[in-house]
Amino acid sequence: MDKDNWDKDNMDKDNRDKDNMDKDNMDKDNRDKGNMDKDRKDHLGNNTFRSGLITYGLVVGLYVVMQVLMRLGAVPSLIQGMLVPLCMYVVLAVSLNLTVGILGELSLGHAGFMCVGAFASAVFSLTLVDSPMPAPVRFALAILVGALAAALFGMVVGIPVLRLRGDYLAIVTLAFGEIVKNVINVVYLGFDSGGFHISLKNSASLHLAEGGRVFINGAQGLKGTPQDSGFTAGFILVMLTLAIVLNLVHSRSGRAIMAIRDNRIAAESIGINVTKYKLMAFTISAALAGTAGALYSHNFNPLAATPKNFGYNQSIMILVFVVLGGIGNIRGSVIAALVLTLLPELLRGLSDYRMLIYAIILIVMMIFNWSPSLVAWRERYLPRNLFGGGAHDGKGA
Amino acid sequence: MALLDIGRLSISFGGLRAVDDFNVKIEKGQLYGLIGPNGAGKTTVFNLLTGVYKPNSGKILLDGKDITGKRTIDINREGIARTFQNIRLFKDLTVLDNVKAGLHNHYPYSTLAGILRLPVYRRREREMDARAMELLRVFDLDAQAGLKASNLPYGKQRKLEIARALATQPKLLLLDEPAAGMNPNETAELMETIRFVRREFDMTILLIEHDMHLVAGICEELTVLDFGQIIAQGETGKVLRDPEVIKAYLGEG
Amino acid sequence: MSFISYFINGLSLGSVYALIALGYTMVYGIAKMLNFAHGDVIMVGCYVVFVTVINLHLPVPVGILLSILICTALGVTVERVAYKPLRGASSLAVLITAIGVSYLLQNIALLIFGANMKTFTSVVSIPPLKLAGGRLNITGEALVTVASCVVIMVGLTAFIKKSKAGQAMLAVSEDKGAAQLMGINVNGTIALTFAIGSALAAVAGILLCSTYPSLTPYTGAMPGIKAFVAAVFGGIGSIPGAFVGGLLLGVIENLSKAYISSQMADAIVFAVLIIVLLVKPTGILGRQIHEKV
Repeated sequence: MDKDNWDKDNMDKDNRDKDNMDKDNMDKDNRDKGNMDKDRKDHLGNNTFRSGLITYGLVVGLYVVMQVLMRLGAVPSLIQGMLVPLCMYVVLAVSLNLTVGILGELSLGHAGFMCVGAFASAVFSLTLVDSPMPAPVRFALAILVGALAAALFGMVVGIPVLRLRGDYLAIVTLAFGEIVKNVINVVYLGFDSGGFHISLKNSASLHLAEGGRVFINGAQGLKGTPQDSGFTAGFILVMLTLAIVLNLVHSRSGRAIMAIRDNRIAAESIGINVTKYKLMAFTISAALAGTAGALYSHNFNPLAATPKNFGYNQSIMILVFVVLGGIGNIRGSVIAALVLTLLPELLRGLSDYRMLIYAIILIVMMIFNWSPSLVAWRERYLPRNLFGGGAHDGKGA
Repeated sequence: MALLDIGRLSISFGGLRAVDDFNVKIEKGQLYGLIGPNGAGKTTVFNLLTGVYKPNSGKILLDGKDITGKRTIDINREGIARTFQNIRLFKDLTVLDNVKAGLHNHYPYSTLAGILRLPVYRRREREMDARAMELLRVFDLDAQAGLKASNLPYGKQRKLEIARALATQPKLLLLDEPAAGMNPNETAELMETIRFVRREFDMTILLIEHDMHLVAGICEELTVLDFGQIIAQGETGKVLRDPEVIKAYLGEG
Repeated sequence: MSFISYFINGLSLGSVYALIALGYTMVYGIAKMLNFAHGDVIMVGCYVVFVTVINLHLPVPVGILLSILICTALGVTVERVAYKPLRGASSLAVLITAIGVSYLLQNIALLIFGANMKTFTSVVSIPPLKLAGGRLNITGEALVTVASCVVIMVGLTAFIKKSKAGQAMLAVSEDKGAAQLMGINVNGTIALTFAIGSALAAVAGILLCSTYPSLTPYTGAMPGIKAFVAAVFGGIGSIPGAFVGGLLLGVIENLSKAYISSQMADAIVFAVLIIVLLVKPTGILGRQIHEKV
C-alpha cells in the first residue's frame, strides 16, 4: 500500500524532467557561470556556516535583549513566566524537525519522549534533593538523565517502529506517546533507605520504610521537584540543541540520514546502513525532547502526566511549529515556536480563535507548499527561493 | 578467474519464475550487456545481484567470494554499485552531497566527531570534497556542484547517478538502462562516458539496455533474457544475429 | 455471567469501531491516505443529532437522516478542498493536512458548542433484553449497534461486489492510472468513497453517543484513532478486516477495562496495534505488497 506513496519519484519524474530540460536550455549558460563562484564557497561550508551563525545569533540576540529588559524591569511578569516554556518549545520543535524534516518520518509521539525525560529527571533530582550537591550541577545531571532516559525509550521504540513506513510509523509513535502517558498515570514510585519501590496499585502498597518518600503518586504525579529551571538554563539548552542538530546535519551522518530520507533504496545501494542512521536520528531527537521535559519538570510543580502537557495534542502542537516554520528548516522551527507560543498570550482576545487559525494556516500552508500542481505553477511563474521554505529544504539551517 | 560468476540463479514470485537458471561469467574489465524484451527479468537479475531480492537457488561469486543472499549494503561494500532504471538520486541534496554520500564508507569519522566538529571532521570533509569534485569533473558536473540534484537536467541526473555509484569504489558497476529517455545526441555522449569510465577507472561494467545502437556499439558480450530464461549468450555481433533473439524482439513488437 | 455481559458490550463498542474503521479502510484503499479527520466526522454527526433532536425537537429519524446527509457533504467537501490538491504529494504532506482538518473541525465545534460536555440522549427506544432469568441484561443500544453493523457490512460488501460503482472502487484502489484509462471517473469514485465513509461515521457516532452519552468537541478523536487501530489490526484496505478488527478491538478494550485496569485499557489497545504491526504488518486479513525497485 505504500509502494509509491512515500517515495513517489516515479510518478512525477517525467513532468519534472521535462520542465528541467526546458529551463536548462534557456538559462543554462547564465546559471552555470553564476553557480561556479557560489558553489566553491558552498562546498567549503561557508554558506552553511553563515546560515548557522544567523540562527545562533538570533537566539543569543533575543537572550541578551531579554536579559537587559529584565534588568530594566521592562518585562511584564506574564512574559517572564513564559521564558522557560519558550525555550522548551524551541528545543521540542528543533528536535522534532530532526525526525520530520531531516529523517523524513512523521512522529506523533514527541510529547511522550518529553514526558519520559520530565519524569526521569524529576525523580533524579528528588533523590538528590537533600544531598550537598549544588543546584546547577544537580540540574545539569538531571537534564542528562532526562536525555538518556528519553534516548533509551527512543531506541526501544525506534528499533521495531522504524521498520514501518509512513502513516504506520506516525500512528505507532502516537500510540506509544499515549501508552507512556497512561502508564505513568498508574505508576507509584517511592524511595527509602532500601532504594526505589514501585507499584501499580497505590502508594500504600509501596511498603516504604520509616522516612521513605513517595515520588510518583499515580495520577497525582510528582511533587516537590526543586525548581532549578530558569531562562539561562533554557537558553543554554536551546544553544546546545541547535549545535547538536545543525552540526549533525552538516556531517557525514547527517548526509546519510538525509540520503535515506530522499531515497532509501538508493542509500542502501551505496552502502549506507539505513537502520543505523534512522535509529540514530530518532534517538537523538528523542533525547533532545527528554531535555525539554527536564526543563519543564523543574519549572512546574506538581508534575502530572495530563493530556494537556504530554498528550497527543501537545505532540501535534509541536508538529504545527515544525510545519509552519518549514519542514527541514531549523531556523524556521525556532522562529515558529517563539512566535506561535507568544502570539496567543499577547493577543488574549484571539485566544479562542488561536487553534482555529493554526488549523487553517496549517492546511493552507501544506496545500500551498506541497500540492503538485501548485508547485509546478510556482516554479514556472514565481522567482526561485521566494517560496522555497516549505518543501524539504535539506540543509536549510 | 571471472570477476563475476553467477551460477544457476533462480527466483520465483508467487508461481512465476522471474529468473530461471541464470548463468553468466564476466571477466575483469569487460563491458557486458544484458538485454531482452520488457518483463524478461533483467532488472530482477540486478536486484538479485545487489541483494534487494534473495534468490531461491543459485550462487553469486564476486572476485571468488560468495555474496549470495547478503544484504544490499554489504554487497556494496564487497564491490557492486548500481544505477536505477527510474533515476534514484537524493533529490533534495546538492549534486556534491550526492557524491559525498557515495563516499560515505571510505572517509569514516564518528557521529560524535561530527557533532563536536573535531579536527578529524574537518580533515575528512575536506578530503571528501576534493575527491567528490574530482569525480564530478570527470562527468562534467563540477559547475553544478552546489545545485540541488533534482534541478539537474535529465541527462546530467543519469551521469550523477553513475558518479555516485563510482564514489563507492566498486569492482563491478551495474547500469540499469542508462540511455532510457535520452535523445540520440545524449546517447552518443553517454556511450563515450561509459567507455571513458571503463578506461579511466579500470571498471568492469554490466549494463541493461534497450537501445540496440548503444549495445552494439560498446558491449563486447551479451546475454539475452526472455521470460526469465537465457535464450542467447556470447559475442555481441553473433548474438544480435541469432534468429531466436530477433524473434523475441520482433515478437514483442 | 458478567464475562458474557462484558463481552457483549465489547461487541457493541467493537461494532462502532468497525463502522468507523470501514471509512478508514476504504479511503486508505482508494486514496492511499490516512484520513486523520475521519474521527472528527463522528463528532460532527453527533452534534447534528444533538441540535436537531434535543434542541429543535425534530423526530429521531429526521435527525439521523440530517446527520448522515451533513456528514456526507462534509466528507466530500473536505476531500475536494483539502485532499484533492495534494493527490500525488508525499504522504507526509497529506497526513499533516489531515491533522489540520481534524484540528479545524474540533475547533469549529469548540467555538460553536463550547468545551462543556453535552449530555446526549439515546436514539434507541428498544427495551433491554433480559436473559438467564434477568442475570444477563443486554441493552437496546447494544442490540441495535451490533445489528446495524452487521446489516451495513453485508450491504456494503454486496454494493462493492455487485454494483458498477463498487467495481469502480475496486479498480481505482488497484491502479488509479489504469482505472482512468478504462474510462472510470477516478475523482468521482474517490468522492463517493469519502461520502460512504463519512455517512458510516455519522451512523457510528450516533450509536456511540447513544451508548456513551457524553458529547464534547473531542468525542470523535479517540474512537477515530482506535478505529484506525482496528483497521490496521484487520488489515488495512480490507473490508472484512475492518469488521473483524473492530469487533476484536472492542472486546479487547472492554475486557481489559473489566479485568485489568480501566486506566490501562487505552494503553493495552495501543499495545495491540504495536504488536500487530511488528508481527504481521499487513494485519489479519491484509495482503503483502512488495516495493518495486
